[in-house]
Amino acid sequence: MTHRVTLRKIAHARAGDKGNRSNVSVFAYDPKHYPVLVDQITPERLQQTFGALFTGQIQRYLLPQLHGLNLVLDEALEGGVNESLNLDSHGKSWSFLILGLEVDLP
Amino acid sequence: MKAASFRIGTGAGFSADRLDPAVDLARRGDLDAIVFECLGERTLASGLLDKRSDSALGYNRLLETRMRAVLPLCRAGNTCLITNMGAANPLAAGKVVVDVARELGLQGLRVAVVTGDDATHLLDKDTHLIEPNCALNDFEPHMIGANAYLGTEGIVAALKQKANVVITGRVADPSLFLAPLQHFFQWEYDDWARVGAGTMIGHVMECAAQVTGGYFADPGYKNVEELAFVGFPIAEVQHNGTAVITKLPDTGGCVDPRTVKEQLLYEIHDPAHYLTPDVTADFSSARVDSAGKDRVSISGAHGRERPQELKVTVAFAGGFVGEAEISYAGPGAQRRARMAGEIVAERLSQVHGVQTTPRLDLIGVSSLHGTAGQTTTDSQDVRLRCAMRTPARKEAETLLWEVESLLCCGPAGGGGYRGYVRPSILTYSTLIDRGRISPILDVFDV
Repeated sequence: MTHRVTLRKIAHARAGDKGNRSNVSVFAYDPKHYPVLVDQITPERLQQTFGALFTGQIQRYLLPQLHGLNLVLDEALEGGVNESLNLDSHGKSWSFLILGLEVDLP
Repeated sequence: MKAASFRIGTGAGFSADRLDPAVDLARRGDLDAIVFECLGERTLASGLLDKRSDSALGYNRLLETRMRAVLPLCRAGNTCLITNMGAANPLAAGKVVVDVARELGLQGLRVAVVTGDDATHLLDKDTHLIEPNCALNDFEPHMIGANAYLGTEGIVAALKQKANVVITGRVADPSLFLAPLQHFFQWEYDDWARVGAGTMIGHVMECAAQVTGGYFADPGYKNVEELAFVGFPIAEVQHNGTAVITKLPDTGGCVDPRTVKEQLLYEIHDPAHYLTPDVTADFSSARVDSAGKDRVSISGAHGRERPQELKVTVAFAGGFVGEAEISYAGPGAQRRARMAGEIVAERLSQVHGVQTTPRLDLIGVSSLHGTAGQTTTDSQDVRLRCAMRTPARKEAETLLWEVESLLCCGPAGGGGYRGYVRPSILTYSTLIDRGRISPILDVFDV
């Protein structure tokens, strides 16, 4: 029996930018939820869900001792601060875009 | 110097950062050094434009205000002040600091200025720009200037000469913190493990409140007390390169493993290869552990040899951005706002012959996450935002005119028009061999 929750319930995140590349780090509040991040917050899923925004390669780095992971999203800032006309041209709010995903807890 | 450990604080984490937490740190922090990190890629480009209009300008506009407030406190506390507030004109900034110090009666204060980051003369038409992957030639007529990221050498040289204040232009952000650590602990330049550790400390500290509870609160999930009075961070650094991150008592915010972990990976890509002019830092085995209330210890960073090439940011004038907004509320607000946007787009092309299609956002329905496909449908308070980037200021002004004309000619009940045109600056990067760049040091005594 799994239990579906918004990622924000079990994890916190921060977004940063460099050029047209965004990075979003995601950390489980409780170490027991780290495997949920590893299994369910995958580059494939992000590409599938937000492909219109995350148009480039997505690289994921795991930091098990911090119970977190770092998502590096190429070409994910609508051109970056140079070209983007998004109000949030730095993609500061991408953290909450990802925290809005749903995950299944064991 | 106060003890075997080194206390370093952050007085600013970006160009427009608050002043009162810095004053508090300078007064009560018992600091060996305080760093004001105030230079982003865009702020540097704005500085270059300021300098072009007046050769005495081009440094951070809050420099004088900040110096008046903290210099006497730094003097009294024997705290060294390091800052990149020199921006595009460090020598002019140095003169401002000397003048302020003289006026405040701080005789004997030694002010050092580090330059040498200006790389404009080292570029040519064939210089390769990494992003957008083309030669400089394509953009050159619009080039404003180019600055290399310097490492710690210039600042360490200034500290060896007993400078009390060190003003720089473009220096890698963590280097501003690493330099006084290298100087105090006598770390060798090629002691990559310690240089990597010092770089991690600098990285965690460089955005000021972002490690003490700023950019963090999410009420109900991540609660932060007294965020309005968030304190700026202090690092208590040991000789082996480990540190405790903390803040002053009786300040708002919090330092806990969550705030530190978020900042540790902020704007980092591969945590095992964080490139700075000083080191290839490795944060992949970093440890972040609670060490009491508002105290977090960081350790476990490593480092490898520094890159042979330095990053150079090249800034260009990039035309103009026009942004104009109008609001609709109550029943049917969304449909009226959407209709208004369609009218603007239609008239720009058909009446004014503008080739560029404006970006249309419905704030309250779909804006920041609009491209990602996120939409809320139940809002009855919607703001239409139209934005356009164009080489011609006049076209941007036309966008504003069209949105304002909706007040009488558009859908019912539109109000709250605002419009702005601002110059757009583009920044791209290139790499340059480190042998072609050397820091230059000037020292002035008050």
